[in-house]
Amino acid sequence: MNSPLPKKETFTKESLKKQFRLSEFLAEKIISSVAFLSIAIIFLIFIFVFKESLPLFSFGDKAKAKTEIQTTTGAEVETYGAETSTEESEPETYGAPAESLEPESYGTTTEDLNPVVEETTEPETYGTVTEDLNPDSASEEVVAIDDKVTGNKEGADKTWSTFFSTEWVPVSDNPRFGLIALLIGTLKVTIIAMLIAGPLAILAAVYTSCFASNRRKEIIKPIIEMLAAFPSVVIGFFAMMVLATFFQDVFGYDSRLNAFIGGVAMALAAIPIIYTISEDALSAVPKTYTEASLALGASKAQTAFSVILPAATPGIFAALLLGVGRVFGETMIALMATGNAALLSANPFESVRTFAATIGSEMAETVFGETHYSVLFFIGSLLFIFSFILNAVAEFYVKGKLIKKFQGK
Amino acid sequence: MEHTIDIVENPFSKANNTKGKAIKETAVVGITQIAVILIIAILFVILGIIIYQGRDKFSWEFISSFPTDGMTKGGIFPALIGTFILVIVMSIAAVPFGTITAIYLTEYAHEKSKFAAAVRFSIRTLAVVPSIIFGLFGLGFFIQFVGTGMDSAFNGGELHWGQPNILWASLTMALLTLPVIIVSVEEALKTIPRELREASLALGATKWQTIKKVVFPGSISGIMTGTILAVSRGAGEVAPILFTGAAYYLATLPGSLSDQFMNLGYHVYIMSTQSSDVEKTMPIQFATTLVLLILTLSLNLVAVVIRSRIRRKAK
Repeated sequence: MNSPLPKKETFTKESLKKQFRLSEFLAEKIISSVAFLSIAIIFLIFIFVFKESLPLFSFGDKAKAKTEIQTTTGAEVETYGAETSTEESEPETYGAPAESLEPESYGTTTEDLNPVVEETTEPETYGTVTEDLNPDSASEEVVAIDDKVTGNKEGADKTWSTFFSTEWVPVSDNPRFGLIALLIGTLKVTIIAMLIAGPLAILAAVYTSCFASNRRKEIIKPIIEMLAAFPSVVIGFFAMMVLATFFQDVFGYDSRLNAFIGGVAMALAAIPIIYTISEDALSAVPKTYTEASLALGASKAQTAFSVILPAATPGIFAALLLGVGRVFGETMIALMATGNAALLSANPFESVRTFAATIGSEMAETVFGETHYSVLFFIGSLLFIFSFILNAVAEFYVKGKLIKKFQGK
Repeated sequence: MEHTIDIVENPFSKANNTKGKAIKETAVVGITQIAVILIIAILFVILGIIIYQGRDKFSWEFISSFPTDGMTKGGIFPALIGTFILVIVMSIAAVPFGTITAIYLTEYAHEKSKFAAAVRFSIRTLAVVPSIIFGLFGLGFFIQFVGTGMDSAFNGGELHWGQPNILWASLTMALLTLPVIIVSVEEALKTIPRELREASLALGATKWQTIKKVVFPGSISGIMTGTILAVSRGAGEVAPILFTGAAYYLATLPGSLSDQFMNLGYHVYIMSTQSSDVEKTMPIQFATTLVLLILTLSLNLVAVVIRSRIRRKAK
């Protein structure tokens, strides 16, 4: 390994020149390619989570057709076939729309897509006959009554149109994927958690970095950071078993597990993150700021709240963003403490269902390739994009601001 | 003229510093102090209640026996072993990867390199991505893509790797804990004095030799801290393994990497939400939570001690 030292040789320019060594070259290349993997992982995560939700976007996918067969029973497939043949035998009558209703694309359109085409053209052309021509009609004969009530909704546009509805009923003959209900549930929990965690963590950070003596600081910091080591399932369990009962006794509301309990529990998970980052931000404020303020006669509290805190605002903002990211994507606490009912109300003491909890609780029950499965992955991609954006904002915007501020530009 | 007025109205000036101000000052400091006390109190309340409720059931027998009677009695042995296997396989995957990435970032990357900045950004992103997303990724990538691919390539399409198992769960967890390891190792590498590296290079050692003989030995403690923290994190996380390998109940211990496994955190979750009789198994749930907490907190404590030693050494 050790290359022999050049003995008795005079050092010429040539001998001092950097030599090409294969092992060096390989080591560097291998190490940097391993480092590259971490970038690749981010892309892979996005690609593979998004890939599974692709059936929601594709029109002529074969996988979709398969799903259709899976979801319809054998008997229904037969009638389905029969109906298509009757349609094919009467192409003149139906004219142009028949093109869009070719048997191959049939299965696909049934599921979700083509909302615009089908909904707008069909009723006009066929009037009352729509029901029979529904791509879904074969399987929908069972659900027919249900559908008539809801106003002859096309099976094709169901998934997408239901995204903006308020009902989350993924497993039924007439599945509805109302993301709005989940979004409101998630926001409710996030807001409650941040209202508790934000002020508490920031005040604690102010105390630690501005008022506490060094000795106290060394005790307080590790203890609060220890809270970060609590597994979220433990916090969720605690919230569910102890907090829920306690708060119900105090406030006397109906549903034991609700958005408030979930929010309190998630605040516990978010506190260490917000605390640590804002403490760092506060400590990073140059000492000269503090000294200047104190020299002007300001008290310690005045210095902390009118000099140090404003100077560290971007960092604290970042801390809050990352706290939101943590709460937004927290699964186990949401699963255990929020009650998991997708209700639409502003009351904080009612059960909610968050995005992450929905994925966590329903993924195991879905079949690979089903619409429900794709929708869950779609929610996953939304969560990923959201946390990615939060992190990017916290990173670039905030850092840029901090640097500008402290360099006095 | 104006100047004097300014001074008189200056809120910081001594003339204005009355007794009321002093009270306000103490009040403000007091509020922040209350926030700290409240957080610490909550922490100890959680700890206290879980210890109090779980202490009866917590025994050697509880740890070393299988669950019986439809998981309403007995211990948590398979869940504990499952967790151990999970974190071991996870460490085997994540530690070398994380260490090498950290070495790249501190030793090879130039300060203004765009590539290194991208790597750093990815790592930080990896640290904030919700853990459930890792679970989805494990399902979509490891199981559906790699596993199914392996099955069709080696097993002729027979389902063997294309389903949830320890290996995929561990690899998923490895991705989740990667940032923890990278950050710890990087911190340790930064404490190695520049002079040591320079001395090594001046003696004629190449860069790779320097890293191997000087930098790497100095970072062992950092790698250890990182591994312990990662294990502590991996032992507690449940969301990533929900659909990549954790099982509700298994009568036997996992025999190979393609088996499913039981897990402490998952055990707590299902016992408290999906058990047939939640009330009756309450002591088991608290005791399981206690075991999980002891595991994660003690590992964390060890890591904190090692880390503070590194920091002291650096000073």
